[in-house]
Amino acid sequence: MIRLIGMSLLAVGLVACSEPDQALTASSAKADGKPWQGAQNAFVAPGWQPGDKTRWETQLRNRAQTQNEYLKAR
Amino acid sequence: MARMKFICDAERCIECNGCVTACKNENDVPWGVNRRRVVTINDGVIGQEKSISVACMHCSDAPCMAVCPVDCFYHTDDGLVLHDKDICIGCGYCSYACPFGAPQFPSNGTFGLRGKMDKCTFCAGGPEADGSQAEFQKYGRNRLAEGKLPACAEMCSTKALLGGDGDVIADILRNRVVQRGKGSEVWGWGTAYGKSHNPDAKAEEKKS
Repeated sequence: MIRLIGMSLLAVGLVACSEPDQALTASSAKADGKPWQGAQNAFVAPGWQPGDKTRWETQLRNRAQTQNEYLKAR
Repeated sequence: MARMKFICDAERCIECNGCVTACKNENDVPWGVNRRRVVTINDGVIGQEKSISVACMHCSDAPCMAVCPVDCFYHTDDGLVLHDKDICIGCGYCSYACPFGAPQFPSNGTFGLRGKMDKCTFCAGGPEADGSQAEFQKYGRNRLAEGKLPACAEMCSTKALLGGDGDVIADILRNRVVQRGKGSEVWGWGTAYGKSHNPDAKAEEKKS
């Protein structure tokens, strides 16, 4: 009986030695939408249909080439 | 697609601050906050004046993300460093960590109350619904979701500031350098970090 009480007290005492995990293991930021799904406004680039990732990547690559005036000069 | 990046061609930048103005206008950035700015060295020295446009460089291993105590930053699939203003507490640690001075803190009120951090989003908004009014009010326009590139780069008059897929804009810059007939020794790594004048040091580098 005394051994049982002793073990119980020891178990209760050791609980105080434990520590809950406080590490931030993942970002708590809200999940962001995918840009290729398109914006919910009237400013979407004309000629581009949102909803497809490959088409969006192609759109941005083509658009980036407008910064290349060596193409324009040809 | 590669990571989204900015490149500024110091041979072309004329310090017009058009990129700064475009950014402020497009994102309705408040007074006192500069998401982008033009830095000039050797100002007024003929032939040695160089300017570059600087904003958040959307680092791969971003120090702001590392120091943020509330973990409000996140990386998008396109390599952009964005943040959630609902989590930001405006502590300013990111401002000390960032080597480019990108994080900005709007101050208002009598005692200059420091607000939540604001920075360049590569015109990609934030974690609110893409293109929504809530996103615009907190983070500015989401041009990427509109099939466009950042306003600063797209309107640059001399095309000094390039923005977009890293591979594409690197090709554009590489082509320019070849067309000029002179390479990065004019302005670039060699100039910024200096060439080694110690031949022994160079030999050591080769050995290792």
